[in-house]
Amino acid sequence: MRTVAATATGIHHRSYTSELRLRATRSEYFRLALLAVVLLVVPFALGNYWLSIVNTIFIAVIGAVGLNILVGYTGQISLGQGGFLAVGAYSSAILSDRIGVPVPLSILFAVALTAVVGTFFGLPGLRLKGLYLAIATLASQQIIEFIIRRDYGGVLTQGKGYINVDRLEFLGFKIGARAVFEQQWYWILMPLAVLVVLAARNIFRTGLGRSFMAVRDQDIAAEAIGVNLTRAKLTAFAVSSGFVGLAGALTAHYSEVVTWEKFTLEVSILYLAMIIVGGLGSVAGAVYGAVFMTLLPVLIRNVANAVEGSVPFLADQLPAIQNAAFGAIIIAFLIFEPRGLDRIWQRMKDYIRFWPFRY
Amino acid sequence: MSTFLNLLVYGLADGAILALAALGFVLIYKATGVINFAQGEFLLVGAYMFYTAFVVLRLPLVLAVVFGVVVATLLGVVIERLILRPMVGESAISIIMVTIGLSMLLQALVQMFYGTSPKSQPALLPRQSVSFLGATVPLNRLLVIGIAAVVLTAFTVFFRWSRHGIAMRAVADDQQAAMTMGISVRRIFAMAWALAAVSALVAGVLLGDISAVDRNLASFGLLVFPVVILGGLDSVPGTIVGGLTMGLLSQYVSGYLDPGLATVIPYVVLVLILLVRPYGIFGETRIERV
Repeated sequence: MRTVAATATGIHHRSYTSELRLRATRSEYFRLALLAVVLLVVPFALGNYWLSIVNTIFIAVIGAVGLNILVGYTGQISLGQGGFLAVGAYSSAILSDRIGVPVPLSILFAVALTAVVGTFFGLPGLRLKGLYLAIATLASQQIIEFIIRRDYGGVLTQGKGYINVDRLEFLGFKIGARAVFEQQWYWILMPLAVLVVLAARNIFRTGLGRSFMAVRDQDIAAEAIGVNLTRAKLTAFAVSSGFVGLAGALTAHYSEVVTWEKFTLEVSILYLAMIIVGGLGSVAGAVYGAVFMTLLPVLIRNVANAVEGSVPFLADQLPAIQNAAFGAIIIAFLIFEPRGLDRIWQRMKDYIRFWPFRY
Repeated sequence: MSTFLNLLVYGLADGAILALAALGFVLIYKATGVINFAQGEFLLVGAYMFYTAFVVLRLPLVLAVVFGVVVATLLGVVIERLILRPMVGESAISIIMVTIGLSMLLQALVQMFYGTSPKSQPALLPRQSVSFLGATVPLNRLLVIGIAAVVLTAFTVFFRWSRHGIAMRAVADDQQAAMTMGISVRRIFAMAWALAAVSALVAGVLLGDISAVDRNLASFGLLVFPVVILGGLDSVPGTIVGGLTMGLLSQYVSGYLDPGLATVIPYVVLVLILLVRPYGIFGETRIERV
């Protein structure tokens, strides 16, 4: 069996409240403060190009945390992430641009709608498990993708095939031109991502979150100890899709254009890869995975550009190499570290904590 | 009437290829319990291997087929050994994701070596058409149906009467009992992957010949899911029934209604079957209830 992570010395919980605390040691508070400083400094330290990548990461974090609630914590595999992102993106874009609903409201509506759609597609999950559920969600992905691609009667895009979304504007505030665009978005996306991470962490300190985990670990036993399976599964689908819908809506407003190509099966797979690389069933893991999988193609591209003169092969084959790396990383993580980056980080901390001893 | 017949032939040809692709999928699922999302990439790799042997290396047809079969067998065995064996006992999510990773890797490798443009390959099957009950149908589609029927029969005979086939069925039925009878489960696992790769090779070569040898061959892989869900995930005859049904359904929808709709209809059928009879027509009713 795997070893359990070490606990810091000198921590004695005397009440349930203290045991439930997210942070107990001084070093944990120190790391939190460090992270906060980094998050506050980043928008001033980075240029527009890297800020745009950071912003993409924040959206990916929201989507990945949402997916991990469903897949990692509740054990319901979903290949329909792309479709759910699409629901969020299209509904918020249409509401705000065509009907004139203020953007914050349209995003809220998109979240609610995606939660409803997610619950609907979660219905097969009540009867199906594991691979059957995977196939059912694959079908729902293909069906949603077909609907947005075909766009019968031009309901979604008015026959253009894409939606141009106006620059974000709410309560008299409007996102500025290119020079400040990324920075302003940073101040919108960063707090949202932080909120989502906090919300997810807290869900799993409540009875509801615990019931999700019980369903994952042993559904029949969960039922026996009084977890309402139907309710737990459907709530998991709803909560998870809600987060995903938020990510979708933010994609729409941030990238200012909505097309079906952004919501294909590959996107579903990308998000699954994020939570597997990061660590299934861990909020922090979803964050690491989102960062890692967003940076990976960027880094490969930068390396390829840097060595373009000496190794032209790399630059020519860039998309293929990115995909190959992507596939290879999924396989490597599943075989060598199924609990992902989160577990690697945990081991690194343990190593330092125990040093100079091995264990 | 002639449209109807035409679509019938096209549908049966598509269906026969789908059945071959699904056969490999079912083999793997039955013997090892793995859902293989990389089945479409097996088709792709098979078609490109044959292309390499036949066009690039200029081997005669028979040798090219042998080359393809050898490479496909090796590929299947190596994949089973290196990727799937370490995953034995992992959760369904992990196993599904590892085959998805594999599919991306295989597709990227093919793209790296062969580029993205379609490869021209001399026609293997005659391109002329024949008149048949008042309709003109292309000869190669009829031949595809014939070849697929022969291959599927060969596989059925293999399972039914050959020593290895019986061993495979035993493993599929009960791994531990099979082990106590002295059957090497590891060898059977490797064989399942190898045979799946070979049947995908046949499907890939046939599909490449009637359409084109390019990346789109892999998209056929996802269509395997409606086929196997309809026929039953662990049923060999189910693949034939499911494959032909899906092939005909797509062709008729595409011919009479809307070609775009034809791409999504199989998935709608899939969802309906999952709601009504998740184990398919011939599948074993072993589904867990919660």
